[in-house]
Amino acid sequence: MPTLTHYLALSAVLFAIGIAGVFLRRNLITVLLSIEVMLNAANLSLVAFGRFLGTVEGQILLFFVVTVAAAEAAVGLALVITLVRHRGSLDPDAYATLKW
Amino acid sequence: MASELLLFYLFAAVAVVASALVVGQRNPMHSVLLLIVSFAALAAVYLLLDAPFAAVIQIIIYAGAIMVLFLFVVMLLNAGREAVQAGTKVAAGARAAGGVLAAVLGVELVWAVAEARRVTGAVPLDVDPAVVERLTSVRAIGQKLFTEYAFAFEVTSILILVSMVGAVVLAKRRGEP
Repeated sequence: MPTLTHYLALSAVLFAIGIAGVFLRRNLITVLLSIEVMLNAANLSLVAFGRFLGTVEGQILLFFVVTVAAAEAAVGLALVITLVRHRGSLDPDAYATLKW
Repeated sequence: MASELLLFYLFAAVAVVASALVVGQRNPMHSVLLLIVSFAALAAVYLLLDAPFAAVIQIIIYAGAIMVLFLFVVMLLNAGREAVQAGTKVAAGARAAGGVLAAVLGVELVWAVAEARRVTGAVPLDVDPAVVERLTSVRAIGQKLFTEYAFAFEVTSILILVSMVGAVVLAKRRGEP
């Protein structure tokens, strides 16, 4: 039977992968996907702790995190569409000025 | 139960490999599809954690709704491959430093978790049938959600409304009605 440590270690590894994606990728869509990976890592530790404590609060928190993730994806992708319309580039480093 | 541990390792390996490929991939379309694989594996891990509600939410909302949104945008923008624009070269050192920092964070987190285990010993999860029954029941979750967390739930609906309006305003072409 896996213990709490197993789930937390998996969550830590997934979070590190997400962080690496945000740091290393040069593509706005992949950066947003990496953020989703990180949110999932956080969700996993929430559910694992909820299971460990024997309460359903972990799953309720997961519900709220998923809702926020949906809102974030919608607004983030709308921003990406607007940016690409302005500059025609998905490279985050193409957007280094505040105004153009 | 050894089989449960085996299943955990299987799904954990699928989730980690798929997530690593999401990050290591140059084609955003492949990244999105691989992320769906990772989400499915995580849903299986939620099932191992006696959280069927979380697993179903993961499949329906994440793998279903959010990933379709991503796929739609990838197709809309025709983002076939990662194109590095001329003149926006990032210092290789900065990227290397980012990679090193991410690796350090991962090692640090795993070390902290392992150290906590060393201090407290292995903490087995509660296997009391009554507890498991309460955790797996969607009724218990719904009751909590609509009584104790009713306010947070309502605030969530406002958040969704705001993000919906925001997305429409942002994605609309200027000058269009």
